[in-house]
Amino acid sequence: MRDFGYARADDPALAVAAIAADSGARLIAGGTELVNLLKDGIDEPELLVDISRVPLTGIETGPGGLHLGALARMSDVAASPLVRRDYPGIAEALELSASAQLRNMATMGGNLMQRTRCPYFRADYHLPCNKRRPGTGCAALTGATRAAALFGASDMCVATHPSDVAVMLAALDATVQATGPQAARIISILDFHRLPGDAPERDTILGRDEMITGIDVPASSVTARSHYVKVRERASYEFALVSAAVAVDLDGIVIREARVALGGVAPRPWRLPAAERALVGVAARPGDLQAAIGPAFADARPLPGNEFKVKLAERTVLRALTEVIR
Amino acid sequence: MQYRNLGCTGVKVSPLCLGGDSTSKETQLEILPKPTGPSEISHQAGTSATVKRITLRINGAERVIEVEPRVTLLDALREVVGLTGTKKGCDRGECGACTVHLEGRRVNACMTLAVMHDGQQVTTVEGLARDDGGLHPVQRAFIDHDAFQCGYCTPGQLMSAAACIAEGHAGSDDDIREWMSGNICRCGAYAHIVAAVREAAGSGDGEADA
Repeated sequence: MRDFGYARADDPALAVAAIAADSGARLIAGGTELVNLLKDGIDEPELLVDISRVPLTGIETGPGGLHLGALARMSDVAASPLVRRDYPGIAEALELSASAQLRNMATMGGNLMQRTRCPYFRADYHLPCNKRRPGTGCAALTGATRAAALFGASDMCVATHPSDVAVMLAALDATVQATGPQAARIISILDFHRLPGDAPERDTILGRDEMITGIDVPASSVTARSHYVKVRERASYEFALVSAAVAVDLDGIVIREARVALGGVAPRPWRLPAAERALVGVAARPGDLQAAIGPAFADARPLPGNEFKVKLAERTVLRALTEVIR
Repeated sequence: MQYRNLGCTGVKVSPLCLGGDSTSKETQLEILPKPTGPSEISHQAGTSATVKRITLRINGAERVIEVEPRVTLLDALREVVGLTGTKKGCDRGECGACTVHLEGRRVNACMTLAVMHDGQQVTTVEGLARDDGGLHPVQRAFIDHDAFQCGYCTPGQLMSAAACIAEGHAGSDDDIREWMSGNICRCGAYAHIVAAVREAAGSGDGEADA
């Protein structure tokens, strides 16, 4: 690991000023993402600005919805009785993420700031990766594609976003609060992560001198019936091969409103608006549900070797809907 | 205290000043630039202006150490403080061998920097046993159930198990498997580990920290 300077900022304004003043500065909070990038030489900052003691750790629910401070730990959010009752899908997605140890360290803001990745991004130094070394090509396109995207990728990068909770937050129309040297702003979680296009080295639209301060989930009729299903290569402590975040409002067994988002299949949480529209008015029977969601996968663009993920993703959504309606 | 080379040579950490502790809101952050050009690493504590002096409360005792910003909590514990019970396995947060309790919570010591924890409490496997020298219930149960083979992952397993029980996540074998999944055992002693955690949880005396 290369050397770097260190400073602790216990106030967001100080933190933002510090990173604005130094283009080589990075924020560090839980550290579970950045420390790995430092060890692998993927990121080589001049200065780390430690925000781990910034007191933005609130977990608050009210009539308007749920507010999560950017520095709230994943484990604390998942353990919150109010989150578990009113936003169960958020608690599920968090508890299916990483390990208990990492969830005790990792923050909600940092979770969103994870890099998209594929086996080549963190692999041997000499393998081409446009994300790690712009312009070197994409080894994944013609290599191991099991983890590669089905939606939203480009011929420059086919990596997927690793976050679980971001998928649930996307299904629930969450917003991200950020602050910078000039002003604060609110960003839809659906816009927060970039598609790679021809610049896969940039993962989010957040400015390098901006800091996430919180996440808001608006109250709605679907949050109490939110559910997250994660399919992995092993039973625990693994990234999603595919995952589905769903949330529904029911009239008996008939769906009044539905939200569907996929994880593990795109450079960002991938909503399926066509499926959501088709599910309205559908009775919760497996055949009817499958007929409603199937066409939404017509846009999937698998690579040779990961075609199976299209059907797997469809079935994961179906299982999530079946379980949440039961 | 001897400051040892942690395997990174030919580089020098940058100097810095901090925004203080409790009064940070009033304090202007002062950041000195990273030095340029070749420089030699200092192996002696106090001879370099670039290392940072921090205080850790480790197993109940206050320890003042000097570390470069890039030194992980794991390397600080093992190489600077000399507590080698905490193990380095993957050094990437994937195996759990480095699990310690930081401010009462189990964490991967390899995935955080020591400088970030000035003034905080750390419990390592050396501090798990009772003050009177008696074994912690999870230590007793690991012995009784032969819950290890080579033993390399065991300190992390013990620290994770003590926390898992204290968190209330050891209510069933399925719960134990899920909530202990951050600790990998290459010998495959999992069946005995689950049995040991189950028994320690059943004793009702498995709190994380004394």
